[in-house]
Amino acid sequence: MNKLNRNRIVDSAFKWFGIACTLFGLVMLGIFLFGIIRDGIGRIDWDFLVNGPSRRAQNAGILPAMVGTLWVLGLTAIIAIPVGVSAGIYLEEYGKKNRLASVIEVNITNLAGVPSIIYGLLGLEIFGRVMGMGGSLLAGSCTLALLILPVIIVATRESVKATPNTIREASYALGASKWQTVWRQVLPAASGGIVTGVILALSRAIGETAPLIVVGALAYVDHVPATPMDDFTVLPIQIFNWVSRPQQAFLVNAAAGILILLLITFMMNGIALYLRHRWQKKVKW
Amino acid sequence: MESLSISATAGRKKLNGNQEMNPKLQAKKVDVFYGDNHVIKGVSMDIDPNTVTAFIGPSGCGKSTFLRLLNRMNDYIEGFSKRGHVLIDDEDIYDKKVRVEELRKKVGMVFQKPNPFPKTIYENVVYGLRIQGISDKNVLDETVERCLQQAALWDEVKDTLKKSALALSGGQQQRLCIARTLATAPSIVLMDEPASALDPISTSKIEELIYELKQKYTIIIVTHNMQQAGRVSDNTAFFYMGDLVEYGATKEIFTNPKQQRTQNYITGRFG
Amino acid sequence: MRKGEKLIERLLLAAAAISILTTAGIIWVLLSESIGFFSKVSIWDFLTDTQWTPLFADKHFGILPLLTGTLLTTVIAIVVALPVGLTVAIYLNEYAPRRFRKVIKPLLEILAAVPTVVYGYFALTVVTPFLQKIIPGLSGFNALSPGIVMGIMIIPLISSLSEDALYAVPKSLREASYGMGATRFQTSFRVLVPAASSGIIVSVILAISRAVGETMIVAIAAGQQPRLTLDPTVPIETITTYIVQVSMGDVARGTLEYQTIFAAGITLFVFTLLLNNLSLRIKKRLRQKYE
Repeated sequence: MNKLNRNRIVDSAFKWFGIACTLFGLVMLGIFLFGIIRDGIGRIDWDFLVNGPSRRAQNAGILPAMVGTLWVLGLTAIIAIPVGVSAGIYLEEYGKKNRLASVIEVNITNLAGVPSIIYGLLGLEIFGRVMGMGGSLLAGSCTLALLILPVIIVATRESVKATPNTIREASYALGASKWQTVWRQVLPAASGGIVTGVILALSRAIGETAPLIVVGALAYVDHVPATPMDDFTVLPIQIFNWVSRPQQAFLVNAAAGILILLLITFMMNGIALYLRHRWQKKVKW
Repeated sequence: MESLSISATAGRKKLNGNQEMNPKLQAKKVDVFYGDNHVIKGVSMDIDPNTVTAFIGPSGCGKSTFLRLLNRMNDYIEGFSKRGHVLIDDEDIYDKKVRVEELRKKVGMVFQKPNPFPKTIYENVVYGLRIQGISDKNVLDETVERCLQQAALWDEVKDTLKKSALALSGGQQQRLCIARTLATAPSIVLMDEPASALDPISTSKIEELIYELKQKYTIIIVTHNMQQAGRVSDNTAFFYMGDLVEYGATKEIFTNPKQQRTQNYITGRFG
Repeated sequence: MRKGEKLIERLLLAAAAISILTTAGIIWVLLSESIGFFSKVSIWDFLTDTQWTPLFADKHFGILPLLTGTLLTTVIAIVVALPVGLTVAIYLNEYAPRRFRKVIKPLLEILAAVPTVVYGYFALTVVTPFLQKIIPGLSGFNALSPGIVMGIMIIPLISSLSEDALYAVPKSLREASYGMGATRFQTSFRVLVPAASSGIIVSVILAISRAVGETMIVAIAAGQQPRLTLDPTVPIETITTYIVQVSMGDVARGTLEYQTIFAAGITLFVFTLLLNNLSLRIKKRLRQKYE
């Protein structure tokens, strides 16, 4: 009887421990967000949004960084989406039996595990030096595009795989070619999942700091970038720059910048999750 | 196991159909292999135009496989190979010069489980035309109305053409699939157990449809439901374990079969 | 139309082949610059020198201080993430009511979605001051604070994958255990965790790989002082922080100092490559077992 009771107590105790652990991370995040909001919300005003960097914390703003982030978002999307979706389609619809495809698959899995800073080194040499893009928006975007490519490829593959084969059969039986079937039936049916994956990948891209620093994004950019070959900075780098300064006022700026970055990130993730929810509801063949 | 091949002349005497015209479709000594699996063994048959031919037989006997030969849907199966010839309108459909997409416009297929595209009713029907590059709205509209009428679905959906096809009932979806198949103006329509996933009322609607369609098309239907074969078809082919055991006028097959195995299957000794 | 189809297939293949180009590019970049580095610094010095001071007048090129910095923060992160992550996995799998699980899982994923700069800020401005109250003498930059925060960040990585592994254990094993009167605790630890061990190990390896490659949290909160130490209370520098430090400076291309970031980079790359391949191999063995 004694042992039985002890087992029960241990079981119960672990249950509470489990709840505690589960909530631990979330509680930490909550504390943290609360602190950030408290520190940073007061700093966000119109000046903060339209000013450039400054030696004086009160005059500093995030405009070049925001514009840089938007540029990077756009360019990365333009590069990564066609390449990633095409690659995903190839691997799922065309490359099932060939050896090259399995080599590519192994490659993609490996690339997904490479630290992002290594991509920075790649971008620095190949895009920056060899291809002569320097520390430009284009170099940074190409680098980030390569970084998020595996995510988009996997999302495309999963979504394509989930489309029922009956759709393909019906399409072939009506005399459609393989590409017609992919373009007119498979892709539209898979689009929900693909869009979700793309948004999640892009949301990750705008939070990346290290690879862009290595490629040559500058910490102090006082003009708003106007072409893809311009020097640039992005919001996370601006935050990093401010956090690295000892003055308390810059830390406040950092907190404010973080709030905006988090707002964008959570919004994108929220949209993606909402889309996934709707897509999964639709996919009840 | 010996398989009975029906020669062209001897067979035609037993068939119901237009005996003066050339057969629409001919199979000559066809063997099919999946890898080492010999799934169709030396089958020959002629099918006359504007007839309904039923393929019957127990599960796994090869009737669906043979059906899919006729629009080359087996091409996608790993390890598929065949011997012999299949001729449609006197042309070998497996000839290297044949474009499989063209073949499938002439030989349509309706599947067992209704598989409408996740698009509107209208887009489902016109898909076969769009992939041919036809985009003239008048042509498309006319085709939609004509084919949905032929499929006995027009009255039910004419006001809701832009609604999703997936919102239709099972029986309606299947009739939509039939309409979709008819839109490419095929001359042969293959049906692989088209009513087996449907309720009795939908089933009988489909059977009526088949009787109507016979006037314009040549129909080959695989069914595991013998009564359906009896109701709907002019000629019946009985398959067993890859062999074509017997092939002849439906009335004869069901009342006076020549083969013992046919007799056994029809009377339900096995199935 | 057949020609058009072939062309399209080739284009799609080209897109897929970019991944091969990427890998080749990474290897080429790291190797070519490292070769330049190792032509001037012997591998022996690189691996055994206890100081890393390439930017100072008195130059040493021993990777050990950076390695211990990386190791220290990684170990601390895993010490936090593994027990918590595994407990969460077990709890959600065996104890939690379905609805709770459905709500919590996406919430936990939020931890993984927060940009790492943000975690770095948190480590520097919240965790370090807090720890300084508990641990007297804790330096403003240290390994403990970013290590803990990294651990929090990778909890969902371990918990999510471990939970999948636990879920995949055949129902029959569960039923056998409960049928004999075992508690959830006993079933979880005596039956399920051992059965799911491969999957759990994979999750830990991936977590380690993630922690090793992490940059911003340590760049903000751990300091920039390469130090061969296992003391978590002093400033250190990781491989990744070093690369960032140099990139933010004015090091000219082609110089030895410039090449050091590639030597550091290739070390990092080799590590994570080994870890990832190890996890892939274990995953493959796991799949074969359940075939």
